[in-house]
Amino acid sequence: MDERQQGEDPVPGGERRPLSRRRLLGSLGVAAAGMAAATVIPLSQIPVAETKTETHGKTNQAAGSKRQWAFVIDLRRCDGCKACTDACQKEHYLPKDQEWIKVLKSTDDAGRNSYFVRICNMCENPPCLKVCPTAATFKRDDGIVLVDQSKCIGCRMCMVACPYEARYFNYHEPLKPKTPFANPMPEFPVPQQKGTVGKCILCVHNAEKGKVPFCVEACTMDALYIADLNSDVMTNSSSQTYQLSKFLYDNDAYRYKEELNTSPRVWYVAGHGQDLEF
Amino acid sequence: MTTTAAPDIRELAMRPINQGGWRWWTIFAALTAVIAWGAAGLAVQFKDGLSVTGLDQHVSWGFYISNLIFFMGISYGAAIASAILRLTDVPWRRGLTRMLESIGLAAALAGAAFPVFDLGRPDRAWYLIRYGQVGSPVVWDVIVVTNYLVAVILFLYLPLIPDFALCRDTIGAKVGKVRRFLYRVLSLGWSGRPGQKRVLAQSITVMSILIIPVAAAVPSVLAWLFSVTVRPGWNSTIFAPYFVLGAVFSGVAALVVIMAVFRKAYHLEAIVTERHFKMLGYGLIVLGCAYLYFMISEYVTEGYKMSEETGPQLELLLTGDLAWLFWLFTIGGIILPVLVIALPPTRNIPGITVAALAMVLGMYVKRFLIVVPGLAESIIETNTMTVYHPTWVEVAITAAAAAAIPWFLMLFFRLFPVISIHEYEAELEGGSSAFEAAGSGAVPAAAGGK
Repeated sequence: MDERQQGEDPVPGGERRPLSRRRLLGSLGVAAAGMAAATVIPLSQIPVAETKTETHGKTNQAAGSKRQWAFVIDLRRCDGCKACTDACQKEHYLPKDQEWIKVLKSTDDAGRNSYFVRICNMCENPPCLKVCPTAATFKRDDGIVLVDQSKCIGCRMCMVACPYEARYFNYHEPLKPKTPFANPMPEFPVPQQKGTVGKCILCVHNAEKGKVPFCVEACTMDALYIADLNSDVMTNSSSQTYQLSKFLYDNDAYRYKEELNTSPRVWYVAGHGQDLEF
Repeated sequence: MTTTAAPDIRELAMRPINQGGWRWWTIFAALTAVIAWGAAGLAVQFKDGLSVTGLDQHVSWGFYISNLIFFMGISYGAAIASAILRLTDVPWRRGLTRMLESIGLAAALAGAAFPVFDLGRPDRAWYLIRYGQVGSPVVWDVIVVTNYLVAVILFLYLPLIPDFALCRDTIGAKVGKVRRFLYRVLSLGWSGRPGQKRVLAQSITVMSILIIPVAAAVPSVLAWLFSVTVRPGWNSTIFAPYFVLGAVFSGVAALVVIMAVFRKAYHLEAIVTERHFKMLGYGLIVLGCAYLYFMISEYVTEGYKMSEETGPQLELLLTGDLAWLFWLFTIGGIILPVLVIALPPTRNIPGITVAALAMVLGMYVKRFLIVVPGLAESIIETNTMTVYHPTWVEVAITAAAAAAIPWFLMLFFRLFPVISIHEYEAELEGGSSAFEAAGSGAVPAAAGGK
């Protein structure tokens, strides 16, 4: 990880691979084949059952770790429009008080606004996972931290332990999609379960289909990137694709609350909406 | 201390068993009503979920977690106090140990219910065992609390055995079938043989030693629920001893209050004397000052730095929205009550009782001030404070838990002696050591009843 940050030897066997967004996403689809099977087959309306969860545990292990998902947020481009939050809430049927991706605004003395985007940091050393009493919170081999809401008892210890306040409790009956075939699972907890905790899932369900996360898709400023540490690639909604390690090095990217040793998988490029030339 | 003739002690200690009376029933009915109110609140919450509370996405722990710390605190405070009094063989303890140990059980039962009430999915509480992860402080909590519940039941039960036998042999014939059966089974065939006495005395000593670490583990683990996180105000190494001290402080204060009530209600003036209040009052002075010392130590070190994270916390507590509660606790819950006990003109039973009541209530406020401000301040946004107001459901359930403690004790002392008769009689017979004292007493009665 440190090597990549310093941009020394990013990809074994190649300086910079010409990799289009299409090709990246195509390979994402293949990677997720195992998961996709689980996504499509049990198209039942049965509310989440224990057995389903256990099936997922096995599927996850079988999927291996071809990808190591990460996220890049270029704060220079963020104009605080919250299109990401809106898209996320719409697609995951979230109430207004649950902002899996949250845009924070701050105003300096001169009255200029700048923005910060908070998302689940998919920590490699997640405090929320450590404190979970039932292992409802788990980490997949590809680095995605998810919540199995059929195992969550709603103690909210993870909420107080998360240094990023990225977790939300379902106090009310969650919104339900109109489709009659809702099939909630840790990778796509829609609808969520009342009395349990939910959080950003980095749209792994989209990755399985070769799509970028909804927030990335919705970002008209091209400030959000989905990235893969293994192939060292990052891409945004406008197909702008970069070599991840080089981009992070060139732009002095940092991680949020890095000093806590949570090893976040989300990198930030500092900025406040200045003009950029790429 | 004035010595009282043995028959009087039996009469006094057994009086609550024989007497009901309209006063008992009125109080019992009032407490039952409060518990029913709480049960109604709980029913609403089980039906509609935690949305009926004042909790939100920021302040996700509130009254219930405060209650957990508060009631468990009173419980282990009482239990540790009894253990220490037994181990140091303080002669005046004999009028108190039974009350202390029964408060220990009653408050532990009230406190242990709250982690379940606080769950979003209480129906899944057993997942803590099915899927339990030993790395989680929540599971540590389950382990130490269940362990402690077993210990506190044993701790109460062991010295009761000879008294069960006494009940069996003296009033066993007069009471109903169920109670006679209860006394017979619970007395485990106690007849006061030297072998039995020896085993009992050893067991009580072992439990008195064991209960101290077993009980101290509970506040320590509760403290770690908070201090394993990075939240300002909670991210502290002092928390475990701080919680243990707070527990003993509130436990002894609660004992004084309950002691005063039962002394009046059960006419125990001859056994529970002003000396008891004064001795415990001195203890409260020491504990109150020690707690103040911990607080000062915490706030001076954080306040000197006024870091970006703990700075707003301290402002919130010392001068901000919660300052009135903070100063209410610091002045009304520690400084003034300590002065009331320390100054001779008010160092009497009413003065010490009022001071102890202020300390108990103050410690509830303090627990609230530990739990809520740590969450009220956002750790990702500056200048964001969330205000938490408990709803009627939370208030009702809290009031019911508080009412459940005297309710339980009233029932308990209808069945079992309020004073440890055999220990008291042993003292009069001249048994000075705790080991001997625990074994002797109740022998003639038990033997004579056969």
